[in-house]
Amino acid sequence: MVSADTPEGDAWQRLASVPDPEIPVVSIVELGIVRAVARDGAGWRVTLTPTYSGCPAMDMIARDVERVLGTDGNVRVDTALAPAWSTDWIAPEARERLRGFGIAPPAACGAPGAAAVDVAGISPLRRARPACPRCGSAATSLVSQFGSTACKAHYRCDACREPFDYFKPH
Amino acid sequence: MSAAVDATAARATSAPVAVDARLADALLQLADSPLVLAQRLCEWIGKGPVLEEELASTNVGLDLLGQARLWLGYAGEVEARTGAPSRDEDALAFHRDQQEFRNVLLVEQPNGDYAMTLARQFWFDHAHRLLLDALTRSRDERIAAIAAKSVKEVAYHVQRVDDWIVRLGDGTDESHARMQRALDALWPYTGELFVDLPADAGLVADGVLPARAALRARWLAEVDAVLATATLTHPDTAFMHAGGREGRHTEHLGHLLAEMQFLPRAYPDARW
Repeated sequence: MVSADTPEGDAWQRLASVPDPEIPVVSIVELGIVRAVARDGAGWRVTLTPTYSGCPAMDMIARDVERVLGTDGNVRVDTALAPAWSTDWIAPEARERLRGFGIAPPAACGAPGAAAVDVAGISPLRRARPACPRCGSAATSLVSQFGSTACKAHYRCDACREPFDYFKPH
Repeated sequence: MSAAVDATAARATSAPVAVDARLADALLQLADSPLVLAQRLCEWIGKGPVLEEELASTNVGLDLLGQARLWLGYAGEVEARTGAPSRDEDALAFHRDQQEFRNVLLVEQPNGDYAMTLARQFWFDHAHRLLLDALTRSRDERIAAIAAKSVKEVAYHVQRVDDWIVRLGDGTDESHARMQRALDALWPYTGELFVDLPADAGLVADGVLPARAALRARWLAEVDAVLATATLTHPDTAFMHAGGREGRHTEHLGHLLAEMQFLPRAYPDARW
């Protein structure tokens, strides 16, 4: 990222004030959705990448980007698919904020139980066992691979009995 | 009139137009299966067997719809290069009739009971993931990018459906019997997932599309491993249906499209 003294740095700072519509404790910059910001005449050209291809929040995010940068002139929002978004791009401090919000942050891709499919994935031992974001217990069980949104799985803590969302490694 | 003459002339002199026409068709084959399956899954909204599962199947449908939109958008762009009238993703989804749809017959089969819905998903998801994984190595960069995006999502579809096959197969006598019945009923629709259409041979030779037949051995190994864990038996019918990817569909697709396409056809400029 660029220093805030430059116009680009200032633009990045303004984009960092845009929260994710589904998870407002994390900004779209921290999530890794903003891939590039470049001068385009007097305005800006911003490249976004979707988290999931069916993510219904993308239109709202594009409108928010136009709102925070629109005072400088025209804003063009492009979408880039490659490289495909990964939860590994989520900033470390944002992971802690997710936990505080009640969402267990994603394990690194390639960690045991992370997305790599093998048919023996039906064995519970190979499954991710995220720690409970409320009580910290490691004794948790998967309820469903899909929770309130496609990017989260639904877990239950076997210690404090609270349900919670797990941001799936992606 | 002159535009039509120009387009005809372009078609006669330029080989890439024929290639693009074929590529557009191949992209519709990739788009329409997830599109139609997403529509089927959405039929469960409000009446899923349990809340968690309703959320899961709806989210799978949302992923599939998002993927279909990416393929349809590209198909429309490629089709426009052939001189055909430009069609965007909405025009392709809502203003084509059933014989223009290129989805596999498997995904248009009705939801039935939940075992039937899951059997359809099980046969499809494993094949879908293998196809997308192969497409990530396509020489067409756009295809490779869409596939790389989609394959990560489908990995979770596979995990979810495998869980259910094991849970129901290795569950009660009733759930086992229903799961087996559903797998047997839909098995004859799986052959088409691994057919290489003669018309697509050029795209396969050019490295744009993978040979689907080559994916079948891996698919069989995956589904058989899950079936064994689930105490279910591999269906043994040899007969296989075909034709969906060439526009020959079962009677079910027309009814599905009537529901999916009604609103944009009745109110062409309707907006949310």
